[in-house]
This record gives sequence, C-alpha cells and structure tokens, in this order.
Amino acid sequence: MFRNQYDNDASTWSPQGRIFQVEYASEAVKQGTAVVGLRSKDHVVLTAVKRSPNELASYMKKIIRIDDHMGIAVAGLTSDARVLSNYLRTEAMRSKMVYGRPLPIGRAVNAIGDKAQTNTQEYGRRPYGVGLLVIGFDDSGPHLYEFSPSGIVSEYYGYSIGARSQSARTNLERNFASFEDMSLKELIVQGLRSLRDTIQQGKQLDNMNTSIGFVGKDAKMTILDGEDTQEYLDLLNEGEAMDTE
Amino acid sequence: MDPITLRLPHTVQRPQELTSYGPTTRTTQPIVTGTSVVAFKYKDGIIMAADCLGSYGSLARFRNEKRLTQVGEKTLLGVSGDISDYQYLQHKLEDMITHEYDMDDGQSLGTKSVYKYLSNIMYGRRNKFDPLWNAYVVGGIDNGEKVLGFVDMYATTYSSDTIATGFGSHLAQPILRRRVEGRTEQITEEEALEILDECMRVLFYRDCRTFNKLRRAKVTAQGVEISEPYSLETNWDFAEDIVGYGA
Repeated sequence: MFRNQYDNDASTWSPQGRIFQVEYASEAVKQGTAVVGLRSKDHVVLTAVKRSPNELASYMKKIIRIDDHMGIAVAGLTSDARVLSNYLRTEAMRSKMVYGRPLPIGRAVNAIGDKAQTNTQEYGRRPYGVGLLVIGFDDSGPHLYEFSPSGIVSEYYGYSIGARSQSARTNLERNFASFEDMSLKELIVQGLRSLRDTIQQGKQLDNMNTSIGFVGKDAKMTILDGEDTQEYLDLLNEGEAMDTE
Repeated sequence: MDPITLRLPHTVQRPQELTSYGPTTRTTQPIVTGTSVVAFKYKDGIIMAADCLGSYGSLARFRNEKRLTQVGEKTLLGVSGDISDYQYLQHKLEDMITHEYDMDDGQSLGTKSVYKYLSNIMYGRRNKFDPLWNAYVVGGIDNGEKVLGFVDMYATTYSSDTIATGFGSHLAQPILRRRVEGRTEQITEEEALEILDECMRVLFYRDCRTFNKLRRAKVTAQGVEISEPYSLETNWDFAEDIVGYGA
C-alpha cells in the first residue's frame, strides 16, 4: 500500500541510510535547464539556456547579479533561487556596510550551504529545490562554486548542473586544462560550446534563449541577454565552421 | 477633587525602558583617561606615538598603560580618552579578528576594514546617545596603500597624512603641518622618529596630563612594531626664569 515509508520528510532516514527528501530535491535540480560555469586565471563565466513556459511568455531569468563582484546561475525551482539570491544580496550589502569590503565568495556560498543543510536536518522543513553555480571575484581571485540542495558546496575549474548537464561536463573535462590562460572572449565561447551539448534534439542556442554572465579582474559582474549574446554565438558558429573544414 | 495617584512601593522595579526613571547608565564623563596620540605617514608606512599615562582626573594614577595596539596583521590603533571604553572596544576588535581567523579561508581584515568597523561602532554608540568616550587613530598598510584615519566619540571621521588627537591637535599638529605635510614620501624613518620626538617633547612640556614615559610604533610592509617604553631628554633650565603663577 505504501510505496515508501521513509520519504515523508527530510528528517527521516531510510534503513539503507538514505534521506529520500534530499535525493528528491537533488532531482529537482535536474529538471531545470542546464547552466555551465568555467574559470580562467582572471575571469569566471556562466552560460545558461533559458526556457519559456509557452510561446507567448518571456524566457525565465537564469543568471542573477548579486553584487558587482558576484553572480549566480540557477537550475531548478526559480522561486527558491530568489530566496537564496535575496539572502546573498543582503549579506553582500552587509559586508560592504560593516567592513567596507566585498563579501568573499567562499563565505557567501558556505553561508547558503549552511542554510540548505539546516533544512535537511530540522523537522517540518523542506530542502531547497534548486542548484546554483556561484561565480565571483575576490581578494583570492576568481571562483566558481556549486551549491546543491543537500548543503554540499564544492569549488570547480569548470562545472555544469541541470538537464543533460552530463554532456557539458564531459566537454569541460576534455578541455579544462586549457581554460587557465584563456581570454574572457575565448572562455565565453568555450562556455557556450559546452552548453550546446546539453540542448535537446532539434533545438539550438539562439540570442533569445542564451544567457551569459561573467566577472573578473577588471570586469564587474555583467549579464548578457538577447542581442548582446549574438556576437559570442557567431564566434561559436565560426569556430564550428573551421573545425569541420 | 484631587485625582487619585498610585504610588508604587519603593521595592518595585520601574520599567527599564523608561529612561526618565532611575540612574543614568550612559557615560557622562570619562574617568581614567589617556591624552594625545600623534601619528603621520612617512616613506615606509605609518608612525605613531602616545605616552603610558592613565590619568584619574589630574592625578597621574596609572603609569603603565599601553595606548598603542596592533589589530590584525598590518593595523595599528592609537587611543586617547576613556581607558575603560577603550578596553571594551579592544574586546570587540579581538572578537572581530578571531571571527575572521575562524573563517579559515586565508583572507584577513585590512586596515580599511578595521577603520570602517570601528567608525560604525562609534557611530552606532553616538546614535544611542551613549558614546564611547574616545578619539581613535587607525593606521596601517592596506594592499600596499598607506591608510591613516581618525574617529572620535561623535563619530567624526577623516583621513589625513598627519593626525593628532586631543591637546596634540593644538600643540603637535602645527609641527606636523610644517614638517610632514606635502613631503611624506621623503621622510626617512630616522627623520620620522625625530619629528615624533619633537611633537611628544612639546606635548610633555605643555600638556599637564602627559608623562615622560612613552611608546612609539610603526607599520611598514614588514608589519607592526611597537616599541618598549622610553623617555625623552628634557631641559627645565627655563623654569628658573618663570615669574608669576605663585612661583
């Protein structure tokens, strides 16, 4: 009669030592469209495919600016991402007001990591249904972090989360050694190349569904959408043409 | 007919929020005080001096107070005014530095951050009408940049190449204007020490809340260095010629 007795809330273990609610939340991340993040020695880039609920609707925002030095890309429940981005913005502002310095990226991510972990431990709560890639530039250089609903936070050279993100990760794993010395432009194109591997059959990246975000040594957190992404999509397609020649 | 007035028995505590009742709990005057701090920028960084006296009114009550302290790695803090408020603040700054250390991510708070945090504390307290009765000088090197700032009990803040608090702003500041301003980059450590001693000597001669046992400190690229107490050469021969003042 009952399929699973152990998935009613996040504070119940299964006899096999699993917490199903946390696993379900991690599945929610895979429902969202893919986002890719990658890092060179001076810059960090995010690329994302946006989805629109129907033909008449606008595309859902995937990349959110937190501060001049930090941004996030979202895969999963957008509403949960908004809660987290509000919190991050408040913390970033607090750091500026109290200490006059930009919030260190690692601390920001660990702070939301702790919030997510609390949700997996306390009775009557639910885990966040969203995964984030957090990028930023601070005193210790550029950073790329993954935040997941389980509360695990990890740092990467390049990573991808969301639907069919395994394809993007495979692409990143093949190429990550060359990221270090790339220019910002090259890094963005590489990000789009990895992102393209996650697109479902019969669809492609265009300036309506593509979103680009970056931040770096001499670049404040910037988000490119619409026409602004065309330049990079052209570079991506040019590169492809050259490869096939 | 008179309205009935209700009197509470004297054992009943009055609500604390009603500040119109009960004793005054804010600081209304400083008790044990430190006098001037003198500081300026020179070629290699920041240099600062203060004497070792904690005065109790006009009594030279505590003669071994340390009024220059290190905060974090490359920040120096000089204090004048109420010593107990300063001790309270030292605990707060220690908490701040410990918290930063506990983050364990290799980052640390620079001089600008310490100065900003301190200014915020001072501003918060003055807005509560319960100020910390001090004037602080914060000096250090932040990302290779020399920083020297002032904040007092009204949370007045400014940054300058030369700073002197209290009586020093009358007696030492003119000397610093003449000898330091506009040429900070040319001043060697040797000259800086000589200028500092001149300022402290004038203060010792003319400020009655000072004491001939003082420390100096510097912040350079190498870090913070606070000296052991030392004394200045003085010459009181002129005292023979003073006429008046009951002498």
